[in-house]
Amino acid sequence: MSILVDNNTRVICQGFTGNQGTFHSEQALAYGTQIVGGVTPGKGGQLHLGLPVFNSVREACAETGADASVIYVPAAFCKDSILEAADTGIKLIVCITEGIPTLDMLVAKEKCDRSGVRLVGPNCPGVITPGQCKIGIMPGHIHQPGKVGIVSRSGTLTYEAVKQTTDYGFGQSSCVGIGGDPIPGSNFIDILGLFEADEQTEAIVMIGEIGGTAEEEAAAFIKTSISKPVLAYIAGVTAPAGKRMGHAGAIISGGKGTADEKFSALQDAGVKTVRSLADIGSGLSELTGW
Amino acid sequence: MNLHEYQAKQLFAEYGLPVSKGIAVDTPTAAGLATAEIGGDKWVIKVQVHAGGRGKAGGVKLVDSAAAAEEFADQWLGKNLVTYQTDARGQPVHKVLVEACIEISQELYLGAVIDRSTRRVVFMASVEGGVEIEKVAQETPEKILKTTIDPLTGAQPFQGRDLAFRLGLSGVQVKQFTQLFLGLARLFHDLDLALLEINPLVITAAGNLHCLDGKINIDGNALYRQPKLQEMHDPSQEDEREARAAKWDLNYVALDGNIGCMVNGAGLAMGTMDIVQLYGGSPANFLDVGGGTTRERVAEAFKIILSDENVSAVLVNIFGGIVRCDLIAEGVVGAVQEIGVDVPVVVRLEGNNAEQGRAVLEKSGVNIIAAASLSDAAEKVVAAAGGAQ
Repeated sequence: MSILVDNNTRVICQGFTGNQGTFHSEQALAYGTQIVGGVTPGKGGQLHLGLPVFNSVREACAETGADASVIYVPAAFCKDSILEAADTGIKLIVCITEGIPTLDMLVAKEKCDRSGVRLVGPNCPGVITPGQCKIGIMPGHIHQPGKVGIVSRSGTLTYEAVKQTTDYGFGQSSCVGIGGDPIPGSNFIDILGLFEADEQTEAIVMIGEIGGTAEEEAAAFIKTSISKPVLAYIAGVTAPAGKRMGHAGAIISGGKGTADEKFSALQDAGVKTVRSLADIGSGLSELTGW
Repeated sequence: MNLHEYQAKQLFAEYGLPVSKGIAVDTPTAAGLATAEIGGDKWVIKVQVHAGGRGKAGGVKLVDSAAAAEEFADQWLGKNLVTYQTDARGQPVHKVLVEACIEISQELYLGAVIDRSTRRVVFMASVEGGVEIEKVAQETPEKILKTTIDPLTGAQPFQGRDLAFRLGLSGVQVKQFTQLFLGLARLFHDLDLALLEINPLVITAAGNLHCLDGKINIDGNALYRQPKLQEMHDPSQEDEREARAAKWDLNYVALDGNIGCMVNGAGLAMGTMDIVQLYGGSPANFLDVGGGTTRERVAEAFKIILSDENVSAVLVNIFGGIVRCDLIAEGVVGAVQEIGVDVPVVVRLEGNNAEQGRAVLEKSGVNIIAAASLSDAAEKVVAAAGGAQ
C-alpha cells in the first residue's frame, strides 16, 4: 500500500518534449515509473524517449489508459493544461511548474474539485512512492521504501526529511510535495487523511512554513481525525513580516501566518514539533520509539 | 508588486469609479500649478510612498493656497517618510499627489483579497472606515461584512446590493455601491490583483460614494501578462539589494543579522536561517539560489550577500537533489576566488555526490570551512561570526 501512486500507476507527461519534461521523464523512467506517453499539441504521432506523443490529453488517456498526468508546461499555459487534464476525468494531476498566476489557480482548483480530480501542486517537487513510482523532480536515490508518510510545502525541506528518515532506516511509504503556492491543489488535510487510511504508513512527517493558515487547519484536523503519530516542523521563525520568502505563499501578512502561531496550534493538537530541521529523524525516533 | 495611490486611482478612474480630480507631481512648482489646474480653494496633498500610515507620519496635508502646496512639496520631495509600516530609514518620496478636497459625512471601508482558506476572492466592507482594518477585524469581527466571489461565475450585482443594504446604505447609494463593487471585481480580475483596498470609501456631504484612498497589490506571477502595470513599477520603493537579486532570478530578503546565508530552495533557506538563530546566531539575509545553481549565480549571490557590510561570516547550505554537489562546490570555490571573499565561509553539502563535493572544497586551498552536517554547519558559522549573541 501507499498513497496516490504505486507500480500500477500509468503516467502521461504534459509538456513531454520540452526541456523539463524530457529531463524529468528520463529520470522517472530510470526510476521504474510507468511513463506511458506524453502530450505536446502539434507533435502528435511522433515518438519521444521511445514513447508516443499525443496532441491532446483526451487522446493520450484513451490510447494509453493513463490514470495520472504530470505537468511541466510553462506557467502561462498551466491553467489550460490543468483544465484539459481535469476535463478527461483523469484521477491524478501533478503540476510541478512554479509561477502560475493565483487567479488562474482559483479557477483550475475549482474545476478539479467539481470534476472529482485530485490535483497536487503547483510549485512542488511532486509525489513519490519509493521503489514504485516517481512523479516529479525529486531525487529518487535518497528515498527508501518504508513506513513514514511525508507531506510538505517545500521541495528541499522534503528532501531533508527523506534523507533523515532513510538514514534512520525508517524509509517512506509515500512523499507528497503540496507546493509553496497560496492556492495548492491539495492541502495538508487532504494528504493527512490519505496517510491515516494507508496501512503502510505508520507515522507522518508534516513540514509547513509561514503564510496562510493551512497548518492551523491541519492541526485541528489531526486532533479529531488522525490516530497515527505526527511530527511537524515549520520553517520561517526568523522571517520578517510582509516579505515574501521565495515561495509565493510564504508571507506573513496582517500579522497572520507566523511560524510561532503554527507551532503552538500543532502542539495544542498533540503533535510533536521540532525546532531544528536537523532533528526530524531523531524526533521521529523519540516519538515512535523506533 | 505594489502601486502608488495615484496609480491605483488612475486605474479606478479607468474603471469608472468615483475618485477626486488629482495630479501627481515631482517638483514644488508643479504642485503649485496643480492647485490652479484642479481649481477650488482647498486641496489635499499626499506624499506617494509604498507604505500605510502616511497621515500620522505627517505625509498628508490640507492646504488652502498654491504657496502652501509648494512648501509641502518642497519639504518632502527627495526626503524619506518613516511610518509605522516602514523600516527606520523610511521610503523615498519622489512624487506628491495634489487632489481636490472633499467634504466627508461618513467613512466606510471596502477591500478585496484572495482568501487562501476558501480559495475565493473575498470582498470585505465595513462602516468602520478610515482606521486600521486589521484592528477592527480583531476587536469587532462582526463589523466586517463579507461576500465571496465564485471563480467560475464572477461577481454578481446581488452581492453588491446585499453588501450595500447590510452597510445601511439606502436610495441612490445602493446603486452607486453596486456599481463600485462590480467595477472593483472587474478590475481585480482583469489586472490580476492580490489585494485591493479603499480605506476610506467615503460618503460625501452631498451623499455620494467616493474613493478617497486606494491601495493595490498585484500578483507578481501574473505581471508577464500585465504590460501596463509593469510600467507602473517603481523600483525606488524597493530594497536595492533585493532588486539586484531579482535581476539574477535570486530570491533575496535583507535581514538585520551578521550571518549571510546562501541556500538552494525557499523552504530550506528559511530553515537555515532558523537553525542559525537556534545556535545563537543572527541571519543577515534570506537567499534562495534556486535549483540550477551555476558558478555565475553563486558568484552573484556572494556579491549581493557581501554588499551588506554587517555580514561577518557566510553559510552555504546546499542539498543536491538533481544537481551534483561537486559541481556546486566548484562553483563556490570559483566564486570565492573570483571575488575575493574575505569573511569565513562555512559550506554544508548534502545529497548527490556530496563526498566528491567536499573533496573539491578540501583540495581547492581556499579558506572554506567544510561542515559535516547541518547542525555542525550552524555551530561553525556562528563561531566564525564571533560566537553566540
